[in-house]
Amino acid sequence: MEFVTPTINILIVLPVLLVAGGGALLMLLELFMAEERVKQWAPTLAIIVLALAFLQTIGLWGQTHTTFTPEGSSPMVILDNFATFLNVIFLLTGFFTVLISVNYLPRVGLNRSEYYMLMLFSLSGMMLMGMANDLILVFLALEVLSIPLYILAGLSRPRPESEESAMKYFFLGAFSSAIFVFGIALTYGATGSTALPAVLAGVSNGGALALAGVAMMLVGFGFKVAAAPFHMWTPDVYEGAPTVVTAFMSVGAKVGGFAAMLRVFVSAFGSLGQTWVPAVAVIAAITLIIGNVVAIVQPNIKRMLAYSSIAHAGYILMAVAASVNSPDGVSAALFYMFAYLFTNLGAFAIAIAAERKLGEGVMLDDYKGLAKRSPLLALAMAYFMLSLTGIPPTGGFSGKFFVFRATLEAGLVWLAVVGVITSVVSGYYYLRVVYLMYMYDGEGELHTKPALLTAVALTVLATLVLGLLPGAWYEITKQAALQGLQVLAGG
Amino acid sequence: MDALQKLMFNFFPLLFLFPLAGLLLNVANGRFWHKPIAGIIASSAAGLSFVVAILQWVALLRQPDGTVIILGTWLQVGTLNVPFAFQVDTLSVTMMLVVTGIGTLIHLYAIGYMYGDPGVTRFFVYLNLFLVAMLLLVSAANYPLLFVGWEGVGLCSYLLIGFWFDRGEGGTGNANAGRKAFVVNRVGDLGLILAMGLLFWQLGTLTFDDVFAQATAVFPVGSPLIVAITLLLLLGAAGKSAQIPLFIWLPDAMAGPTPVSALIHAATMVTAGIYLIARSHVLFALAPVSQTAVSLIGASTALLAATIATAQFDIKRVLAYSTISQLGFMVAAIGMGAYVAGIFHLITHAFFKALLFLAAGSVIHGLEHGGHSDPVTLQDMGQMGGLRQRMPITFAVYLVGALALAGIPPLAGFFSKDEILAAAWQANRAVYIMLTLAAFATAFYMGRQVWLVFMGEARSETAVSAHESPPIMTIPLLILAALAIVGGGLNLPGVHTLGHWLGHTLGHGELLSFNATVALTATLLALLAVGLAYWLYGRHPLGAAATDPLTQRLGPLFVLFNQGWWVNEMVEWGIKRPFCHLSTVLAHSDEAIFAWAERQLVHTVQRGTAVLRRTQTGQLNWNVAGIIVGLLLIWLLLRFS
Repeated sequence: MEFVTPTINILIVLPVLLVAGGGALLMLLELFMAEERVKQWAPTLAIIVLALAFLQTIGLWGQTHTTFTPEGSSPMVILDNFATFLNVIFLLTGFFTVLISVNYLPRVGLNRSEYYMLMLFSLSGMMLMGMANDLILVFLALEVLSIPLYILAGLSRPRPESEESAMKYFFLGAFSSAIFVFGIALTYGATGSTALPAVLAGVSNGGALALAGVAMMLVGFGFKVAAAPFHMWTPDVYEGAPTVVTAFMSVGAKVGGFAAMLRVFVSAFGSLGQTWVPAVAVIAAITLIIGNVVAIVQPNIKRMLAYSSIAHAGYILMAVAASVNSPDGVSAALFYMFAYLFTNLGAFAIAIAAERKLGEGVMLDDYKGLAKRSPLLALAMAYFMLSLTGIPPTGGFSGKFFVFRATLEAGLVWLAVVGVITSVVSGYYYLRVVYLMYMYDGEGELHTKPALLTAVALTVLATLVLGLLPGAWYEITKQAALQGLQVLAGG
Repeated sequence: MDALQKLMFNFFPLLFLFPLAGLLLNVANGRFWHKPIAGIIASSAAGLSFVVAILQWVALLRQPDGTVIILGTWLQVGTLNVPFAFQVDTLSVTMMLVVTGIGTLIHLYAIGYMYGDPGVTRFFVYLNLFLVAMLLLVSAANYPLLFVGWEGVGLCSYLLIGFWFDRGEGGTGNANAGRKAFVVNRVGDLGLILAMGLLFWQLGTLTFDDVFAQATAVFPVGSPLIVAITLLLLLGAAGKSAQIPLFIWLPDAMAGPTPVSALIHAATMVTAGIYLIARSHVLFALAPVSQTAVSLIGASTALLAATIATAQFDIKRVLAYSTISQLGFMVAAIGMGAYVAGIFHLITHAFFKALLFLAAGSVIHGLEHGGHSDPVTLQDMGQMGGLRQRMPITFAVYLVGALALAGIPPLAGFFSKDEILAAAWQANRAVYIMLTLAAFATAFYMGRQVWLVFMGEARSETAVSAHESPPIMTIPLLILAALAIVGGGLNLPGVHTLGHWLGHTLGHGELLSFNATVALTATLLALLAVGLAYWLYGRHPLGAAATDPLTQRLGPLFVLFNQGWWVNEMVEWGIKRPFCHLSTVLAHSDEAIFAWAERQLVHTVQRGTAVLRRTQTGQLNWNVAGIIVGLLLIWLLLRFS
C-alpha cells in the first residue's frame, strides 16, 4: 500500500492546533522554568491560547472547508458552521473552567502543573469530535478527549475517592471504547468504508451487520454523554473527581459526545433514520426517568448534579431522536447544549465557591442559609436552578421549549410527554436547593475571588440573554444545523 | 402628507418620552433634591408633552385624515402581529390635548396642594407615570397596546388612591379603597380581554384599521358574535368609566389626594371607557342591541348617581357621584350614536369637573391649613359654610364650575349636555326622560353644595379659620374656570367645529340641529332646581349642628339616596360574600382531595426512587452488565423497528 500525503489546509485546524499546542507548550515550559513559575503562568497562558483559538473560530463562521483529503477518498476533516458552533461551546467551556479553577486548585491543595495541560489536550479532542468526517477520526478524537479526563479524574490522588473514580472511569471507558471500535469495524464491513459520505451511501444496504455497527456505536456515544443505562459511572466519577474537573467533564465530554453523535447519526446513518429513531427515543426516555428520579434522593450536590447531567443528556437525546423527522431537531440540540453550558458551569462555579476543603461542603445541607451569607451568589444559584428546571425567563427554558417543539414536530408525542413530566419531577430536587438556601440558617464562608465571580456574572448574563431573546440565537443554531447537514449530504 | 406634517409627526414619540424622562429623573434623584423640584420637573414634563400634542394637532389641521406611526415590533407570535403602532387622528389628538392640557394644570396645582407632604416625589412619579399610560391608551393603534395603557392607568389609579396608605378607616381604609378600585376594574378588564380574544379568533388581527375594515364584512348586523363582543367591550367600559353595576369603586377612590381625584377620577382616566366605545364605534354600529344597552346603562347610571349625589355630605363624594352621573350622560350619548356629543361632553366635563375638584381641594386645603387636619371633618359640608368671604377666588371659580355643570347657558356644560339631550329626544324617549331628570337633580345638588359650603355662616371652628390658597393653586383654577365658561364654543350649534373635526375619524354623520324645545326645557328645569336649592338652603342658612332639611322632605328616600341605593351592600352580600364562601369551600376540598393525591404521588415517587436507587450500586461488574443489557436493548429495538 502506497502512502499518499493528503492535502492539508492548516488554517482550518488552526483552532485545534492552538489548543493542543498550548498544552504541549505548557509541558515543555516545565523543562525550562521552575515549577512554581509554570503553575503561576499556566492559567494565563491557557486563557491566551483559548482566546486566540476563539478569535480564529469566530472568523471561520459562515465558511465551509474540508481538509486532510487522501487521494481518491473523502476528506477526513470538515469545518462547517456546525463544527464552528460546537468549537465555540468547547472554547467557552475551557474559558469558564480556567476561571473557576484558578483559585480553587491552590485552595484545596491540588495545584498540579499538569492540570491545564491535560484540560487543553482534552479540549482539542472535543473540538475534533465535531470536525471529524471519518469514523477513524471520530475514534481518535474520542480517545484524545477521554484519556486526559481519566487522569484528571484522579488528580487528587492519593485520595481514595478520586482514585476509585479514575479507575472506574478508565475501566468502563476502555470497555465502551472497545465496543465503539467494534461498531466502527462492523460498519466498515457493511459499507466498505469509514468515510462518513461513503457510509451514508452504503449503510442502508448493509443489513444486520450495519445494524450491529449502529447499535455498538450508539453504546459508545451513550457512554460518553452519560445516557442510561450506560451512565452508571457518572455519579461516582462526578463525586470523586475534583469539582472543577467534574464541571469541565459535565459539559465538555457530554457536548463532545453529542457533537460526533449528531454528525454520525443524523448524516451518515441518516438513511437508517427510521430504524434508529425508536432506539434513541427509548434510551432518551430511560435516561430522563433514571436521571430525574434518582437525583431526588442524592444528599450530595455533586452527585445530584451528576444525575441532573444524566437527565439533561436525556433532553438532548430527545432532540437527536427528533432530528430525523423534524427540521428543528439538530438546531434544538445545539441550542440546548449552548444554554446548558452556561447554566451548568454557573451552578458548578457556585458549588466550588461553597466547597470549603477538598470534598467538604458539598452536601446539600451545606447550602442552608446561603442566602443570608451571600445574597447575590444565592440569587445566582437560585437562577441557575430555575434554568435547569426549565422555568422562564432562562436559557434552560428556551432550550426545553425548542427541544419539546422539535419532538412534537417529529411526531414523538409520547417522548415529549415523558420529557414534560420528568421536568416537573426535576423541580423537586432543583428547587430544594433554593429552599435550603433561603429557608434555613447555616454557617460557613464562601470562597469568592474575582475570577470566579466573573464566571458567575457572565454565566448569569448569558442564561438571561438566552432566556429573554432566544430567537436570535436560535437562528444561529439553525444556520449551524442546516449547513452541517447539507455539506455532508453532498459528500 | 407634506414634509412639514411629516416633520411634526416625527415629534410624536416625545409625547411619551417627556413624562417618562420626568418620572425617571424623579425616581433617580428625588431623594437628593429639595421637594418642590420634583413637582417642577413633573409639571415641565407634562407641559412639554402638551406642546407635542399641540404639534400633532397642528399637523392634523393640514390634513385631518390622520396617520399610523409604527415605532417597532412588540409581539410577533404565529399570526398575531402587534406592533408599537400609534393612531394619530382627530379623535386621539383631541384626547391627547385634554389629557396633557388638563394634566399640566393639575400638575401645577399639585405643587401647591402637596407642598410639605413627605411623599411628594413619589406622588409626582405616579402622576407622570399616569400620563404615560393614559397617552398610550388614547394613542394606541391596536387593542393590545391600548390594553397596556388601560392596565397602566388602572395601576396608577390604585397607587394614587392608596397614596396615603396609612390613613383612612382603621389605618387601612385608603389601602382598601385602592384595592377595591383595582378589583372592580379587573372585572371590567376581563370583558375587554375576552372581547379581544373573540376579535382575534374571528378576524385574525387586533389592529384598529384592519378590525374595523373586516368587521363589516365578517359580521352580519346583529349577529350573536358581534353582540357578544360589543357587550364585553361595554363591560370593560363600565368598569373603567364607573357605570352600573361597577361604579361602586369611584366614590371610595376619593381617598386619594384631590389633584388625583381631579385628574384621574374625573377628567381623564374614567373617560377611557367612553373613548373605547367611541373608538370601536364601527363594531357597535353592527350591534344595535348593544347600542341600546349602552345608552340605557348610561342613562340609568346618570339618574341613579345624580339622586345619590343629592344626599351626600362629603364635598368630594358629591362630586364623585356627580362624575358617575355625567359619565352616564356620555355613555348614553355614544350608545345612541351621538359620538360627537359624547366626546364634546367629555371635554367640557373635563374642564368643569377638574375645576370643581381642584376648587374643592382648595377648600379642603384652606381648612386644613387653618389648623385642623382630620380628613373626615375637613370634607364634611355640614362643618363648612360662609367660605365665600374667606376664599373669594375659590368661591368664584366654584360657582362657575357649578353653573357649568348645572347646564346654565352660556357656560360649557349647557351646550354639551343639550346636544346629548337633543340626541336622546330623537333616538329614545325613555333615555331622554331619565337624562332630563338627572340633569334636574344635577342642578339641585350643585345648588345645595354651593349654599352649604360657601353661603351662610361658618358652622365650625375649622371653617372660621379657613383662608385662601396660594397662587400656584388659584391660577390653574382661574384658567380652568375660563375654559369652563367658553368651552361650549368648541361645538356651537350650527357651527359644529368639533363635529367636523371628529368627523374625519368617527364618520361624517348627520350633525344635530339645535332643538329649541329641548334646550328651553333643560334650562328651565335647571333654573327650577337651583331655585329649589335656594328655597331649601338659601332662605334659612343651615345652623351649626342642624339637620339637612332634605332629610324630612324626602323621608325614607333620603336614606335610600344617602346610602347609595345600597348598591355596595348588594354587591357585598350578593357577590363578595358568596364568592368568599365558595373560596373557603374550594380551599378545604383542595386540601382534602388534591393535597391527598399529591401526598400519594410523593410517596409513590419516593418508593420508586428507593427501588431505582438500589440498582445504582456503583460496582464495576454491575456497570458492565448494565452496558451489555443496554446494547442488547438497542439491538432489539433496531431489529424490530
